[in-house]
Amino acid sequence: GPLADRPLLEVRLGELHTWIGTCSFSAQGLLGAVQRAWGSYCAKYIHVKQGGPAGISMLLAGYCLLSYGWNYQHFSKASCFRNS
Amino acid sequence: VLHTTRPLHTTQQSLAPVPPLPEKGGEVRHGLIPEEFFQFLYPKTGVTGPYMLGTGLLLYFLSKEIYVVNHETAAAACILSVLVYAIKKFGPEVAAFADKLNEEKMASALAMKNDTIQALQTAIEEEKKEQWRAEGRSYLFDAKRNNIAMLLEANYRERLLTVYNEVKKRLDYQVALQNLKRQKEQDHMIQWVEKSVVQSITPQQQKESIAKCILDLKALSKSAQATV
Repeated sequence: GPLADRPLLEVRLGELHTWIGTCSFSAQGLLGAVQRAWGSYCAKYIHVKQGGPAGISMLLAGYCLLSYGWNYQHFSKASCFRNS
Repeated sequence: VLHTTRPLHTTQQSLAPVPPLPEKGGEVRHGLIPEEFFQFLYPKTGVTGPYMLGTGLLLYFLSKEIYVVNHETAAAACILSVLVYAIKKFGPEVAAFADKLNEEKMASALAMKNDTIQALQTAIEEEKKEQWRAEGRSYLFDAKRNNIAMLLEANYRERLLTVYNEVKKRLDYQVALQNLKRQKEQDHMIQWVEKSVVQSITPQQQKESIAKCILDLKALSKSAQATV
């Protein structure tokens, strides 16, 4: 299909910047993108008859990474304290 | 706010029946990384590519202190090992329990659906039977008509009988009246005749008749003595 309508996974690496150019960065566009992403994640990993630990574990891992990233300053400061 | 000018039900799409859920979710390896990542790297690096990438990234983060090893690392390691052990040990049982709950819900819903279908089918059959029964109403009306005709006939005959009886009574009365009249006339005539006869017998005739009777009696007694 046309470049603008394809989901992100089907876009090739070479066309990535053009694809980013076509998507709308307004508040509504971003909100719609977030909603669609969440909906597709739920439909793929959570709303199934026999889901495993994968659905929540990926969310928790993402949360761990995010919180590590947000608190990186604190970690590096603490390790400087201890190592010195 | 309902837009009354908006036309409703214009498309064929309907929300029921809801399509069933897919059986299994997306494949995830080691519980964390989706299978698509491994497939994405397979053409260029083969099977071990993602693992080499993971190891390299991990060593890079550790060596460059992008990932700092502190007390939380030990805590995370303990928690993760306990979690993995628990999931590996109790996973299937929990899954079976959840499946059983689902099965019960489905069974009850199916039972309700089947019951309603059954009830509706029996209702349909009852309705058909009622329609068949209604077809026989012509016989019913014929029977009723016959009944009414018989009632009318019986009533007519009763009244005919009453009329006959009444007429007969009146005629009998007239006949009795005539008989009575004739009898009375007869009696009266007989009495009058007797009275006139008795009156006509003079004393002279009476004496003569008595003397004749005595002579007759003597003659008779003589003849009777003779025979004895």
